[in-house]
Amino acid sequence: MGTQQVYLHMFCLCHCIIKRIIRMKNKVIYLLFLLLCTVFTSCKQKGEYAAIPSKKIPEVVDYNFDVRPILSDKCFACHGPDVNKRAEDLRLDTPEGAYKALKDRKNEFAIVPNNLEKSVLYQKITAKDSTELMPPLDSNLKLSSYEIKILKKWIEQGASYEPHWAFMAVDKPKLPELKNADWANNEIDYFILQKLEDIGLTPNQKADKERLLKRVSLDITGLPPSPEMQKRFIQDDAANAYEKIVDELLASDHYGEKMASHWLDVARYADSHGFQNDQLRTMWPWRDWVIYAFNENYSYEKFVTYQLAGDLVPQKNMETILATGFNRNHKINQEAGIIEEEFRVENVTDRTNTFGKAFLGLTLECAKCHDHKYDPISQKDYFSTFAFFDRMPPRQNKGEVLAEAPFITISDEVVEKELPFINKKEEEDVDVMVIEERPDVRTTHILNRGVYDDVGEEVRANTPKSVLEFDDSSYERNRLGLTKWLFDAKNPLTSRVFVNRMWQEIFGAGIVKSSGDFGMQGDLPTNVHLLNWLSADFMENGWDMKHMIKKIVMSATYKQSSVISKDKLAIDPENKYLSRMSRLRFNAEMVRDHALATSGLLNPEIGGRSVKVYQPDGLWEAASSGRGVLANYVQDHGKDLYRRGIYILIKRTTLPPVQLTFDAATRDQCEVQRQSTMTPLQALITLNDPTILESARVFSEKLMQEDNSVSAKIEKAFNTIVGRTIKPQEKEMLLSYYNDQESAFMKETERAKAFIDVGEFPASKNRDVVKVAALMQIIHTIYNLEETIVKS
Amino acid sequence: MEKEIFEHHLNTNRRHFLGKMALGFGGVALGSLLMPDLLSGKKVAENQLPLGLKHFAAKAKRIILLVQNGAPSQLESFDYKPKLNDMFGQDLPPSVRGDQKLTGMTAGQKSFPLVGSKFGFKQYGNAGTWVSDLFPNIAKITDDICVIKSMHTDAINHDPALTFMQTGAQVGNRPSIGSWFSYGLGSENKNLPAYCVLLSKGKGNGQGVYSKLWSNGFLDSSHQGVQLSASEDPILYLNNPNGMDSKTRRTMLDHLASLNQLGYEEFGDPEIPAKIKQYEMAYRMQTAVPEITDVSKEPDHIKKMYGPDCMVPGTYAANCLLARKLSESGVRFVQLYHQGWDQHSNLVGEMQGQAKDVDMASAALITDLKQRGLLDETLVIWSGEFGRTNYCQGKLTKDNYGRDHHPRCFSIFMAGGGVKSGISYGKTDELGYNITENPVHIHDLHATIMHLMGLDHEKLTYKHLGRRFRLTDVHGHVVNDILA
Repeated sequence: MGTQQVYLHMFCLCHCIIKRIIRMKNKVIYLLFLLLCTVFTSCKQKGEYAAIPSKKIPEVVDYNFDVRPILSDKCFACHGPDVNKRAEDLRLDTPEGAYKALKDRKNEFAIVPNNLEKSVLYQKITAKDSTELMPPLDSNLKLSSYEIKILKKWIEQGASYEPHWAFMAVDKPKLPELKNADWANNEIDYFILQKLEDIGLTPNQKADKERLLKRVSLDITGLPPSPEMQKRFIQDDAANAYEKIVDELLASDHYGEKMASHWLDVARYADSHGFQNDQLRTMWPWRDWVIYAFNENYSYEKFVTYQLAGDLVPQKNMETILATGFNRNHKINQEAGIIEEEFRVENVTDRTNTFGKAFLGLTLECAKCHDHKYDPISQKDYFSTFAFFDRMPPRQNKGEVLAEAPFITISDEVVEKELPFINKKEEEDVDVMVIEERPDVRTTHILNRGVYDDVGEEVRANTPKSVLEFDDSSYERNRLGLTKWLFDAKNPLTSRVFVNRMWQEIFGAGIVKSSGDFGMQGDLPTNVHLLNWLSADFMENGWDMKHMIKKIVMSATYKQSSVISKDKLAIDPENKYLSRMSRLRFNAEMVRDHALATSGLLNPEIGGRSVKVYQPDGLWEAASSGRGVLANYVQDHGKDLYRRGIYILIKRTTLPPVQLTFDAATRDQCEVQRQSTMTPLQALITLNDPTILESARVFSEKLMQEDNSVSAKIEKAFNTIVGRTIKPQEKEMLLSYYNDQESAFMKETERAKAFIDVGEFPASKNRDVVKVAALMQIIHTIYNLEETIVKS
Repeated sequence: MEKEIFEHHLNTNRRHFLGKMALGFGGVALGSLLMPDLLSGKKVAENQLPLGLKHFAAKAKRIILLVQNGAPSQLESFDYKPKLNDMFGQDLPPSVRGDQKLTGMTAGQKSFPLVGSKFGFKQYGNAGTWVSDLFPNIAKITDDICVIKSMHTDAINHDPALTFMQTGAQVGNRPSIGSWFSYGLGSENKNLPAYCVLLSKGKGNGQGVYSKLWSNGFLDSSHQGVQLSASEDPILYLNNPNGMDSKTRRTMLDHLASLNQLGYEEFGDPEIPAKIKQYEMAYRMQTAVPEITDVSKEPDHIKKMYGPDCMVPGTYAANCLLARKLSESGVRFVQLYHQGWDQHSNLVGEMQGQAKDVDMASAALITDLKQRGLLDETLVIWSGEFGRTNYCQGKLTKDNYGRDHHPRCFSIFMAGGGVKSGISYGKTDELGYNITENPVHIHDLHATIMHLMGLDHEKLTYKHLGRRFRLTDVHGHVVNDILA
């Protein structure tokens, strides 16, 4: 009780001060204040990683949580794993290194556990003499007094080391005991609620049904719910009404498209080769497979195994080989006169780095030129992993071709007999690049400094043993063996990394925020037990992706409303601990798909060749070298204009402008996390992009054909677009706005005509130009509402 | 709180904006126009905000980078090598070439016949700067520029070399130099992006450009270069749709703001007022940008100085004039790309055309800035991505030849912004193959540019995936010799 009173008191105090500070408009002070708040409201226990941004020195200093981030950030660059950059032969990332006698000084030691006086490290970090001080001045690094205190206490308490949390096998935790577990819907909620109890927050109310439906529909299918589904769900009072909806959405073919939009970033999928001439490529049948595999709910293990080693699996067939296109999605330099070996190495590097980032959540690429400075991955480890991807036949095709060997040819017959999920409409065959193993084609060597022609020691295919030893008795030393290693239950990363990303796609941020870096320099998990539980559950359920997503969206955590109280904004502004649902802006694809779907323009076709939709004139022409079929932009017409965002043709050197502005990935390299920014350029798009305007026009025409009042039309448009019932005040505003617009357009019918003359979708018959224009203006305003493109 | 936030919209804001217009552009630095809102609950990390801090006194406030895309030959521009004319057709001595790798285009060549410039060279200005006859206007301003003949780079192919020049790395996922400045210094103008990009094309053999060259990389996308185009929409989607005038748009934004305000009352999400603000900024850009990009009102003597092309949108000359206007209005970093400099063959014919495209306008830009008293605070850089070989690629005739890519040396020039003027810096050997004096690596150039802008290239860092990244990676030395 006492503690709670303290919290209450703190909150009241916080409020007054925050109000004053906000009036001062001083963000910096505000932030400092937030930090201060958390000092008082936190109490961390040992083993709780990154629980609360505490500045209080803990009773028991934890190596992983308190010490290692400091050492890693401030010391390891010179006293870490990289042997080439190691100063004074001292390494602080291992106990052996830290406890051993210093170079040339037999009786002196960097760290003597429990003995501060004898620990040279402590003398150095507190030295008054700037020539003695560590880190040295010219490193531009500095330890804060808090950090010095932590290191001091750590040494006093025995300076014990622990393995990095993410490199320890997943150990399924027990559910925490809670004071009151009524709120919890499933296991996720136990872990969330425990954390909230720690910091003195309570969960939000459940979101209203309309908003919950919009959220879950977008999260599972990437599309807003149809008015019919809205109505059905609102009227369904059954206890399992929500679960029925979840199951229905998971069974929709649009689920595969939504999942694919993230996977295409991971796989750096594009429709051009990149580099100077940036020619067209035809990898889209591989993309159709991805959608199919998600919809079939392939286990994550099968899904990944096919992509990394579909040419080596015992059940090898056209489908498994097609899946290996994953590792041909990288850029290919078709510039004349390149040095072949340089770019061959570049491509193998890309596959290796993608493997590290996509599946292990590690920045393997840091170990290409030298031993990793922070993580226990040597340059030898890097090239040993590289060796798995180095067994490809030498490049044969040169010049500008759609697909370079090896590739498979997809004919109508192949589609019919073997790959029915490919949406192939063109008559000609389509070539798709794939992977082919040539075990004896070359030996792999360390490349000194990562330079392609500076060949060093020979290495054999192997994985970083700090993650998990590669067991020859269980796995073949090829890519198939590599996937077995990846999906070994003892592999500490595979499950954590993927579960974390599914979490990120739904909550906006992963439990480990740096979803591409689970290494020493990555963010610590905000709720490590939750992550461990989910990872274990994922593996126990056979890497079942739909199961995991259902688990997440069925939680009470997910179903919370996204209202932000001032307390919560002050205590947890980033919503790390999920005492509310985050309000998340739609991603690039959703912005488009939502406008098309709500207006009825959407062409729901799955898969097929990529399309060229409306785009401002001259973009490709201005930037291209003038060679090849992608030099000039030839827009598609008809139904192709209304395909979902994932089908928009991606020319790497000139990305689709709307997507780019809404933070779509560049597809240059593997990306696991998009930014979410807000810029005036986005406002210009929703205000002036013909896709949004055309959606407003077509929706307006449709509503004008209905026999009902203007008020009813506005209500219907609003409910469909925003996904909830319009409030009386909103209706009043929009109705009066409509009336103003109608009289304005009445006086200027030419302007009305010009306004509704947008997009290629045929105009409705006998339309009343003025009325259509006025309602279009209202609908366009609704499309621009903040809430419209937010999952709230 | 609401009152504070909403001061950014409706009439108050319009008056505020008009007031600014009356005073001209160039308000107080308040961070990039495109910066995510400071009051946003989600975007509070310190490392995501433009720092607006300088490490030491800046000589330059703004940069105009004139990228000669495709790599113009140094041997026909600034690096005069008469010895090559003497040795016409003789093979490049292997001792000079050393271990230099060749591109696949000439690696198979049986011989490497040396070839000198078909164009004459003369000395100009107080320092006697050598300039070829292809650049008569640049020749006239040699007292205002610093020619560096000892540039070198790591890459031998266009894409990696251009990417290296732009981002300090050959791989394509790092922030562009302009993004680093937007991040480090923010914008001087609230109504224009901090980093603008302009494209043009010559008739010479071209290599494409690509948006990753002006990408923000791992920095916030608010630091992305904004491409201004020659079309009616100078910024993509800037213009109101047909049938929508500015008044109607204003009414719409006012309604939008009121509706969004209701949403804010319900959710308390600081992103909502931030969004209202973004719409208001978009609205301001709709007026500010066309005003800037309209060069038709420039006086005749200016039009004459830049040449007749400057009235043809999308040309290099028009872009130079636009660059001056943008820079003058406080755009931190303006970048031009002019394509067509990749003379593997027919160098003689193509280079004349390319030089004609850029000579007059490049010189005019520098003179124009000087006349306005802006050259001291504006750094202008004219550069390709690497140099070209001293030997002929393909068939060598008396009248024509081609040159392959050459990373070991190339020439650039800089002007204004705290750079010594009227000097040539660095030397190459008499065959123009290797540097013999004062080499300047791309990383050194970057370090020097940052220094001139008041930033320490070792201190402007951004922590991403566990590592502190710099434009200069772990390299780069400020070239003190060329600082004024």
